[in-house]
Amino acid sequence: MATTTPTRGVHGSRPGRRAPKPMTPGRQAWRSRLWRFDDKASPYAYIAPFFLVFGAFGLYPLIYTGWIALHRVEMTGLDQMEWVGWENFSNILQDDEFWTAVTNTFVIGVISTVPQLMMALGLAHLLNYKLRASTFWRTVILTPYATSVASAALVFALVFRADGGLLNWVLGFFGAGETNWANGHWTSNIAIAIIVIWRWTGYNTLIYLAAMQAVPSDLYEAASLDGASRWQQFRNVTIPALRPTILFTIVISTIGSMQLFGEPLLLEGGQIGAQGGSEHQYETLSIYLYNYGWNLGHLGPAAAVAWAMLVLLLLIAAINWLVGRFMRKTAA
Amino acid sequence: MRITRTVAGRSRRTAVMATTGLTAAALLLTGCGDSDSDSGGADANGNITLTVADFGQFGYKEAGLFEKYHELHPNITVKENVTADEKVYYPKFLQQLNTGSGLADVQGIEVGRVKELVDTKADAFTDLSKVIDPDQWVNWKALQATTDDGKVIGAGTDIGPMSICYRRDLFEQAGLPTDRTEVAAKLAGGWEDYLALGEEYKKKAPKDTFFMDSASAMYNGVVSSDSEQYYSKDGKAIYKESAGVKAGWKLATEAVDKKLTQGLAQFSVPWQNALRKGSMATVACPAWMAAQIATYSGDQFKGKWDIARTPGETAANWGGSFLSVPAKGKHVKEAGELVKWLTAPEQQAAVFKAAGLFPSNKGAYELPDVKTAKLEYFNNAPIGEIYAEEAQVIPAAVLGPKDGIIKDTIGTQINNMEQRGTSPEDAWDAATEAIDKVIG
Repeated sequence: MATTTPTRGVHGSRPGRRAPKPMTPGRQAWRSRLWRFDDKASPYAYIAPFFLVFGAFGLYPLIYTGWIALHRVEMTGLDQMEWVGWENFSNILQDDEFWTAVTNTFVIGVISTVPQLMMALGLAHLLNYKLRASTFWRTVILTPYATSVASAALVFALVFRADGGLLNWVLGFFGAGETNWANGHWTSNIAIAIIVIWRWTGYNTLIYLAAMQAVPSDLYEAASLDGASRWQQFRNVTIPALRPTILFTIVISTIGSMQLFGEPLLLEGGQIGAQGGSEHQYETLSIYLYNYGWNLGHLGPAAAVAWAMLVLLLLIAAINWLVGRFMRKTAA
Repeated sequence: MRITRTVAGRSRRTAVMATTGLTAAALLLTGCGDSDSDSGGADANGNITLTVADFGQFGYKEAGLFEKYHELHPNITVKENVTADEKVYYPKFLQQLNTGSGLADVQGIEVGRVKELVDTKADAFTDLSKVIDPDQWVNWKALQATTDDGKVIGAGTDIGPMSICYRRDLFEQAGLPTDRTEVAAKLAGGWEDYLALGEEYKKKAPKDTFFMDSASAMYNGVVSSDSEQYYSKDGKAIYKESAGVKAGWKLATEAVDKKLTQGLAQFSVPWQNALRKGSMATVACPAWMAAQIATYSGDQFKGKWDIARTPGETAANWGGSFLSVPAKGKHVKEAGELVKWLTAPEQQAAVFKAAGLFPSNKGAYELPDVKTAKLEYFNNAPIGEIYAEEAQVIPAAVLGPKDGIIKDTIGTQINNMEQRGTSPEDAWDAATEAIDKVIG
C-alpha cells in the first residue's frame, strides 16, 4: 500500500510545518513525479484487494470449472483428466433428470418467491406505521433468517413427515387423511417452498422497510391532503418509490432459488434426499449437481451442470433487465 | 462488514476494531475449523492423540476399547469421530484423500467402497500387511482390501453373515413354528421358501403387521449369496445379466406383488418407528442388523425376537467394514499399531459381545466370547454358532468399484414399487438409467 499521503496540487509549505528546505531541481522533479504517480496509482492499489480476492476465489474457479466440464474427471483420480469436448453438456441436455431438475427449480422458485415478496411487502408496510415496540417486531421478523438452513429444514422435515408429522396431525382434526408430503410432486415442492418462505420473508421485509423509511414523508402528507386512503397511498406512493428495491429483491431471490440445496436435501435426508426424492420429484439443479459430483464422483458432468446454471441465471438476469427497462419506460 | 457512523473521535477506534475483527475472521478461515485439533507432534510429555474417523456403528464405543487402549498405552489418547451416514462420510473422505488434509489417523472403509479405493487410491494408504498378517482373516475378506500387487489397504473389522430375524410371538399368532431350527427347516430350500412362508403368515397375520420390512432387504440377501453380483472378474458392470441380481429382483417383485412387505426403506425414520411399534415379523438379518433391531425395538420386545439360519444352502455376506491408515497421517506408525490391536481376535470378540458385529478375524471364532455367544435380546439365539458356521463358507464375491451405490439404487427402486406402486418394468428402467449414470 502507498504510505505517503497525497497532497493533491498543494506544492509548498503546509500549515503548521516548517518551511521545506530548498531542494535541488532534479530532486524537485523526482518528488513531483512521485506525487503524480501516487496520485494515479493509489486508487488502484486501494481497490486491488477486492479484485485479487475475486480473481482467486471467483474468476479462477469459474474458468477452471469450465475447463473441468470439458473433461472426464473422477473424484477418485483428480489428476487424470481425459478430454471429451462437449460430451458432458450433450449428456446432460439429453438427460430427463436434468430437465426434471430445471422444472422443479423453477416451480419451487416461483411458488416460493412470489408469495414471499408479497408477504414481505405487506409486512414492511405494517411495520412502517408507528407502533409500540417496533424494534421488537422488526427483530422478531428477522429471527427465521438467523436460523441455519439445516436446523430449519430438519424441523420442517418433522412437520411434513408422513407418519406422525405435525402437519398431518393438525390436518387430521379437519378430517384430512394422511398426506405423504415428500412423496408427491406438488406436495413436496410446496413443502420446500414453505421452508424457503419461512426463512426469507423477514429478510426481504427488512429490505423493503429500509426503502420505505427513505420515502419522503411529505409525499404521504401531500397524498393524504388530496384525500388518498391508506391503501391508495400504498399503491401510488410506496410501490413506485420501492420499484428499484423490488427489482433488487427479485434478482436476489432468483439467484437464491436457483441455488436451492439444503432444504430439498434435508426434507427426507439420507440417500433419498441426495437424489431429490425417490423419483426425483423435488430434485433441484443444485441437488442434481451434488449428486453427480459427490455421490457418483463424476466431476465433469457436475461442472457442466454448474455452467448450465450460470447460463440460466444470465438468461433470467437478461429478462429481468428487459422487464425493468420496460417498467422504467412506463413509469416515465 | 458493519457500517459504523464515524464520529471524528471514534473513527480510529472503529478502524482498529474492524481490523482486529478482520484479522480474527481471516485466522478463523485459514484454520479451516477441522476436527483435527492436535498440532501433529507429541506434546512435551510425549503424549499423542490418535483420531479414528468412522461411520454408523463400529462398536468400539460400546465395547469401551478406546479407554482400554489408553490404559495399555498411557501416552496415547484415541478420539473417535463418527458420521452417522456412510453416504455422507465417504464423499468427504474421498475429498480429504485428494487434498491430503483433514484426514484422521485411522479411517473406516465400507465394503461397498473398498474396491474403488483399492483400484484408484491404493497409494494414499499405508500397506497394513507390513504390520498385520492378512492370513488372520477369513480369506475372502482379506482379498477384498488387497491390491493386485499384494498391498493391503484395510484391516477387516466385521462381516455380515446372513440370517433371518423373526418375531416369535407374531409367528405363533399366525400359526407358524416358533423354534429356530424348525423355522430354518422351513427355509431350507432358499429364498423362495422365505416368500412361501410369508404367504402362510399372511393368511393369519395379526392385525397391522407385515411379514417383512422391505423387499429391498430380501433382495440384498439374495444377491449377496451369489459370488457374481454387479461386476465380472475383469471389472465390467454386468448387473443387467447377473444371475444374482435377476433372482433377487424377481423375488422382490413377487414379494411386492403379494403385499408381503411393509415397504419401508431400511434405516429410515419410518423404519425405525415400525420396529418401535413392532409391526414387522421378519427382517433379513446380517450379523450387524441384530444390534439395530435391538436398539430400535426397545425393551418391550426383548426376548420376542429370535434368529434363524439363512434360507438355502449358500451362505451370504452383506456388508462389513475395514480400518485403513492413510499414508498422509501424522502418526502412521502408532495408527498401524492401533488398527492391529483393534482388529485382533480378542478385541473383535469384545465388539461382538458389546454390539453384535461379527468378527472377520478367524482367531476370534475359537474364543468363548464368540463361540458360545448368545444374544439375550433374541431369546438367547446362539449367534456365535450360527454365524461362525456361515462365515467359513461364504463365497468370495467379485466386488466392483460402485457396488455400494448400485445396491442402494436398486433398493430405492424396490421401495418405489412398494410405496408408490411403480410397475416392475418402470422401476427396472429407472434403476438401469440411474446405474448407467453411476458407472458413467
